[in-house]
Amino acid sequence: MRAISELSAILATGLFIFALNWMNDPKTARRGVYAGVIGMTVAVLATWIQPEIVHHGWIIGAIALGFLVGVPLSRVPLTAVPQRTALSHAFGGLAAGLVGAAEYFLWRGGSSGVEMTHFRMGALCAEVILGFLTFTGSLMAAGKLQEVKWIPQRPVTYPGQNVVNIGALAIAVGLAVAVVLHPGAPWAQQAFLAIVVLALIFGVFLIIPIGGADMPTVISILNAYAGLSAVAMGFVLDSKLLVTAGALDGSSGLILSIIMCRAMNRSFTNVLFGAFGKAQPALVAGEQKVWKQETVEGAAQLLEQAQNVVIIPGYGMAVAQAQHKVAELYEALTKRGITVKFAIHPVAGRMPGHMNVLLAEANIPYSALVEMDEINPEMPHTDVALVLGANDVVNPAARYAKATPIYGMPIIDADKAKTVLAVKRSKNPGFAGIDNELYTLDNTWMLFGDAKAILSELVKQFSAAGVH
Amino acid sequence: MTTDFGSMLFVFVLATFIGLGVVRRVSRLLHTPLMSITNAISAIAVVGSIVVTGADHPLVIRILGAIALFASMTNIVSGFLITDRMLKMFKKR
Repeated sequence: MRAISELSAILATGLFIFALNWMNDPKTARRGVYAGVIGMTVAVLATWIQPEIVHHGWIIGAIALGFLVGVPLSRVPLTAVPQRTALSHAFGGLAAGLVGAAEYFLWRGGSSGVEMTHFRMGALCAEVILGFLTFTGSLMAAGKLQEVKWIPQRPVTYPGQNVVNIGALAIAVGLAVAVVLHPGAPWAQQAFLAIVVLALIFGVFLIIPIGGADMPTVISILNAYAGLSAVAMGFVLDSKLLVTAGALDGSSGLILSIIMCRAMNRSFTNVLFGAFGKAQPALVAGEQKVWKQETVEGAAQLLEQAQNVVIIPGYGMAVAQAQHKVAELYEALTKRGITVKFAIHPVAGRMPGHMNVLLAEANIPYSALVEMDEINPEMPHTDVALVLGANDVVNPAARYAKATPIYGMPIIDADKAKTVLAVKRSKNPGFAGIDNELYTLDNTWMLFGDAKAILSELVKQFSAAGVH
Repeated sequence: MTTDFGSMLFVFVLATFIGLGVVRRVSRLLHTPLMSITNAISAIAVVGSIVVTGADHPLVIRILGAIALFASMTNIVSGFLITDRMLKMFKKR
């Protein structure tokens, strides 16, 4: 039995690594899912058949419930995938926290099979702290993304906030050290419960001051925490399989966090303690520049005369549900022999890679989706850059305006295109509250209105005899 | 049964390096599916939950285990299903 469990763990580990390896290309990626499912099934069965498992009804019940909730959760609209992801980090954290708590009480009750060394107790405390803070933190993040009414969207800040937050974490870690040093002391059980409560509170505190623009980074960081809590569980249970799978998850979260931070030119500490999205001092406005407005007919003509067009989508496009209209425009232009590419900024959506998924759903081939670093050298040769619901990621002020929060953030060089068409809902400034000078450049033409309506009009121009 | 924590840390460090190496090469197109599949994979915590739920432990412990098992299973099911659903949408043309 022991041998079966060891061998299946090795098999599952190998399959998990292959699963991630196959994700390097959309052609092989689905194979990765199958490898993951097989690895998971093998690991579950090998654990289930161990002789110490006697309450099979409980296991079947919990697994059935998991299917009951999991299947509908996998069918959410793709705009809701960030919330679902945050929710699954919450579940991962909860599972780690609960198993950690259960192991602790088992050991206190003298019925634990494992010897509680300092190392194990330390890992157990880390598991519980990481697990429970990921649980509440991810719930808060999911709530903010879902725009639940009683969770404030805007960052909530107050004086001394960082002191309170770090204080709560420091007390939890201090108690954990005490529990590790004296695990059998009469007060240790109370201290352990206090650690759980503090971790739960810290998770909430951690997310409250973070605004919508930072959600892609926060989701990635919570992903890393969820992975690390699984690693800690592996240390406690002496399971190399858990350590490996957790480490894969943790390193993936780490890499995605780094990519997101770079895409916004911010550091981890700045995201977690910087309260981005607060009211920023307005730019010292020069003379009021004027927008130049364009009609749909004029825009269609500009597009029709172009040889290559780059479309720069932002989350505003998804909010307006305009993906399918974008796809129709893509079809219409491509049919006329115009090269159309999509320039994807890493933080264009609400989680890493989100925009790609939204466009893929609308049947836009992935070969047309180009990331920022690859498209920027092509921008000076681009005839028309069509900005769709993107704002801060195309603001040239990011290159030099030191006083703005977007300073230093890498942007898509829309302003270098020969002509810029920008579709914008209203004349208000974007997420970061800064004027976008792209809109007042000499070669920029604005189309004001709902993205979906404007795109329908544009497509109509191409299908009707409007453009020859 | 002694804790051989040296070898556990060793496994952790090696697995992290493999993870960093493999994830770095993942196509940027697929970062959302990547996050959902790693999420499902890290729900391997399910094996810990099964032991806590299914062994002959006190009732309270088994309840904690069952909730953890439910949470992990939800992640496994929804994580793999939604990853596959998203990946199906990526077409070369």
